[in-house]
Amino acid sequence: MKTAQQIANDVRAGESALVAVEASLAAIKARNEELNVFLYVDEDGARTAAEAVDAKVRRGEDPGLLAGVPIALKDNMCTTGIPTTCSSKILEGWKPPYNATVVDMLAAQGAISMGKTNLDEFAMGSSTENSAFGPTRNPLDPTRVPGGSSGGSAAAVAAEMTPLSLGSDTGGSIRQPAALCGLVGVKPTYGLVSRYGLIAFASSLDQIGPFASTVTDAALLLEAISGHDPMDSTSLPEPAPSLVAHVNDGVAGKRIALVRELVEGADDAVVASVNRAVEVLKDAGATIVELSIPELHLGLSAYYLIAPAEASSNLARYDGVRFGNRIDGDDVTAMMEATRTAGFGAEVKRRIMLGTYALSAGYFDAYYGQALKVRTRMIEAFAAAYQQADMIIGATTPSVAFTFGSKTNDPMAMYLNDVFTIPTNLAGEAALSVPFGTGEADLPIGVQLLGPGRSEARLFAAARVLEIADGR
Amino acid sequence: MSLPNGWEMVIGLEVHTELKTKTKLFCGCANAFGSAPNTQVCPICLGLPGSLPVMNERAVELAMAIGFALNCTIQDSTFHRKNYFYPDMPKDYQISQYDVPINAHGYLTLPDGFRVSIERAHMEEDTGKTTHLGTSGRIHGADRSLVDYNRSGVPLVEIVSGPDIRTSQQARDYVAELRAILIAIGASDGRMEEGSLRVDANVSVRKADAPFGTRCEIKNLNSLRSLQRAIEYEALRQIEVLEDGGKIRQETRHWDEDRGETSTLRVKEEAEDYRYFREPDLVDLAPDQAWRDRVKAGLPRLPAERRGLIESLLGELSDAQRDAVATIVDQGLDEYVLGVADAKGDVSLALARTANEIAANVAGRTNLSVANFVATVAMEQLGQLSATQAKTVLGELLESGGDPAAIAKAKGFEQLSSDTLSVTVGELIEANPDEWQRFKDGDDKLAQFFIGLVMKATKGQANGKAVIAELQSRR
Amino acid sequence: MTEPLSREDVSHVAKLARLRLTEEELVRYTEQLGKILVHAQDLNSLDLAGVAPTAHPFGLVNVVRQDEVHPSIDPAAVLAEAPDAEDGRFAVPRIVGEAP
Ligand SMILES: [Zn+2]
Repeated sequence: MKTAQQIANDVRAGESALVAVEASLAAIKARNEELNVFLYVDEDGARTAAEAVDAKVRRGEDPGLLAGVPIALKDNMCTTGIPTTCSSKILEGWKPPYNATVVDMLAAQGAISMGKTNLDEFAMGSSTENSAFGPTRNPLDPTRVPGGSSGGSAAAVAAEMTPLSLGSDTGGSIRQPAALCGLVGVKPTYGLVSRYGLIAFASSLDQIGPFASTVTDAALLLEAISGHDPMDSTSLPEPAPSLVAHVNDGVAGKRIALVRELVEGADDAVVASVNRAVEVLKDAGATIVELSIPELHLGLSAYYLIAPAEASSNLARYDGVRFGNRIDGDDVTAMMEATRTAGFGAEVKRRIMLGTYALSAGYFDAYYGQALKVRTRMIEAFAAAYQQADMIIGATTPSVAFTFGSKTNDPMAMYLNDVFTIPTNLAGEAALSVPFGTGEADLPIGVQLLGPGRSEARLFAAARVLEIADGR
Repeated sequence: MSLPNGWEMVIGLEVHTELKTKTKLFCGCANAFGSAPNTQVCPICLGLPGSLPVMNERAVELAMAIGFALNCTIQDSTFHRKNYFYPDMPKDYQISQYDVPINAHGYLTLPDGFRVSIERAHMEEDTGKTTHLGTSGRIHGADRSLVDYNRSGVPLVEIVSGPDIRTSQQARDYVAELRAILIAIGASDGRMEEGSLRVDANVSVRKADAPFGTRCEIKNLNSLRSLQRAIEYEALRQIEVLEDGGKIRQETRHWDEDRGETSTLRVKEEAEDYRYFREPDLVDLAPDQAWRDRVKAGLPRLPAERRGLIESLLGELSDAQRDAVATIVDQGLDEYVLGVADAKGDVSLALARTANEIAANVAGRTNLSVANFVATVAMEQLGQLSATQAKTVLGELLESGGDPAAIAKAKGFEQLSSDTLSVTVGELIEANPDEWQRFKDGDDKLAQFFIGLVMKATKGQANGKAVIAELQSRR
Repeated sequence: MTEPLSREDVSHVAKLARLRLTEEELVRYTEQLGKILVHAQDLNSLDLAGVAPTAHPFGLVNVVRQDEVHPSIDPAAVLAEAPDAEDGRFAVPRIVGEAP
């Protein structure tokens, strides 16, 4: 399959955008039933958009950075008139009256939205097993999970249905499935990409980011969706960074910290991959320092209080009054209870209750208040680390893709999957996962690169060094 | 009203004012009253999934202006979510300021000099409006309710007084003064009936200097009159309970204007658990000195100062005149009185004409220039127009504009010439010899008798002062 | 270690969150939430005295927009998505209790 960059170049050179769109539709038809990647495929919309791109090219206008490139959207991004479900029964059938800012930005850059992909309900999960519309299967081994919560978007690229997709990352929901599906996945700096129209899970942690099979494609997509949005108060004021231009900058002279807490407890194969990556980066001219950041141990606990607390409030609006589904009741409270009880799945209920408890009178200081202070300490600890290093390297996940049902009965076991990815979200900083080496059953392993806010260009350059060394 | 047996009221007031912005607090929907339901809504104020709030700059400035006007400390502030489920609240949480409001620790001085402390004046968003279907139109007994979100997200400032108020009259004066300030600084239109200004009263009673008693919060106070009546009713109710050996339950009570009584709305058995936490979708407000200075510089003169200015022009004031001054400052009609003062005219006369004639037709002020008002007052003062005639001319000016002299002429209000007046007076003296004799003997009251006759004979065209002068000259 | 939360707590929290739980769910959630909260005790291992809480990752302030009217959305489109509507408004079953 062609990369996004190749497609955009070909379309600019005069090839019809319909070529890539038809190839994408064919790939979706071939495997969607088996893998359950797309919840909605917008065949007509995709063809119409492709024709519009072709018309622009014919008129000699700039068709955009992503001219004619098919892309898949995680189904927690609002799309005008197109069902947006968050993989929840409570929103089934809901058609938003507006587009998320990223959806408009993609269209402006000539990208072709192919449809909406499966996720863990409301992005709560690490395996896409929590979808109300059935799990997504890992295209590399359909007996295993693709990771989550952006499992559908990861699988779309891994199954070569689209060269690009967008996910959202609240505690690792892009990086972890990218690692499990052998892709590049980026959690951008908080505020780099607009959240307007992204259905909130945990507002202070959520960020939209790209999946791609190459580092350059990921950089291209992130560049297209970055920049200030006046509709999002937490959007950074600076313009979009230049990323693609710096992909081949290398790591010569860069200081890279191997952080003990970001490999601790990982499988041997994962640790070996990280160590090998460190050697590659050293050979490419980087200086390696070894660091310990003990505060990272507390990330999981802080995250599993902060994220559910915000979620408990963000998910209050699903009350059967204005949109979505309603189960009737004798009075309005009974209606709301019936609607929410029938509409939310078990994991969502668990997190709503956990968050409600953490915020409730008498417990706020002991749980949520403590977690916010730990967050401060975590930001300070990262800042101190970045005094000594330009970026940090570690594992993305403790293991390769796991099999269905292996962690569903124990929430803590599932949550531990995010232990390496969560700290970046708490700090609001940048991180990506790049495939590097393989483990059990020849499944891919992801290496994680972390940096301070707005350090994406640096991280892409290092990822590109690893990508080349990995033979891609 | 004084309370029996040494009881004293303790009153604190919470006033919610809608801010007079063009748009809502967090979205670009129009902030306008009276539109068709759900026509001023968007993903943000409907709380649709994925939508995010962005703060209205003007709302922040009006909130700061309120802070300045109420002598508050204006501080860096944060926003929280107040979580509770209710169908008129689209997100099922309200964005509100909680522990760090934009304005704190101020005070408001009543016209009589009494100072009421202001604990805080914070920003928050309004809810939608619910209509209850069914026989009563009230919430009880309705089988279905309908929600209109036009008002959802309208900017509010909640102004919380300290428990400093001790009488229902003070409570009324406080709200009246606060309302005048909010109108003067352009923060609010002050319409209590439309709900753009809403007052809740916290009322308790105690024996003088005893600790505060348990308080009840009274809602549905839609006018100053309701406020005063409700507080009085509630204080007497509490006294009766206490004197009978009972205890006051902390609760929210509803004022029924028709029945003239309060009744239990909700008992505060346990404090509601609103799970307040910082609103992650908004950033903090930290207005720099330049922004604060700009808002402060834009503040107009406040009502107390404006009243003081007019009162100083009048010297010794009657109670009626004091009320008249309050009325014209409330309505923003100061310029008419000040215009007459500048022209060295009769300020007292100008005050009366402004507080009565202009205040009765405020909408007509666009037709009435200060210069034309000054001219009309001068004509009356010089005796060229009688009081009745001056009122008629002003009425006409307010209705459709024009030139006062031309209107007077068209209405035939030219005063009688002194010759004609002299003849008329002579005829009336001849027709009423007994009364004339008594007047000559010093009974001044009979002057009024003759003025009445002259007015009747001339159909009101005579000037009273001129009649007296004529009578005196013949005495 | 004592149980960090009881069934009554979970039941209360479910009520606050407008969720109904079966007996079986109540037992299960009490156990699961308890485990998570026990794990969260590790937060107390750090000395957090004097540490300010972080609610936002970055310290942006004063993000405001101009007070300019933007077109609202078509009310028909909004109401078409409503579970129940009447007379241009969203309809709900009877409301028990006043707003706070
Ligand atoms: Zn709106």
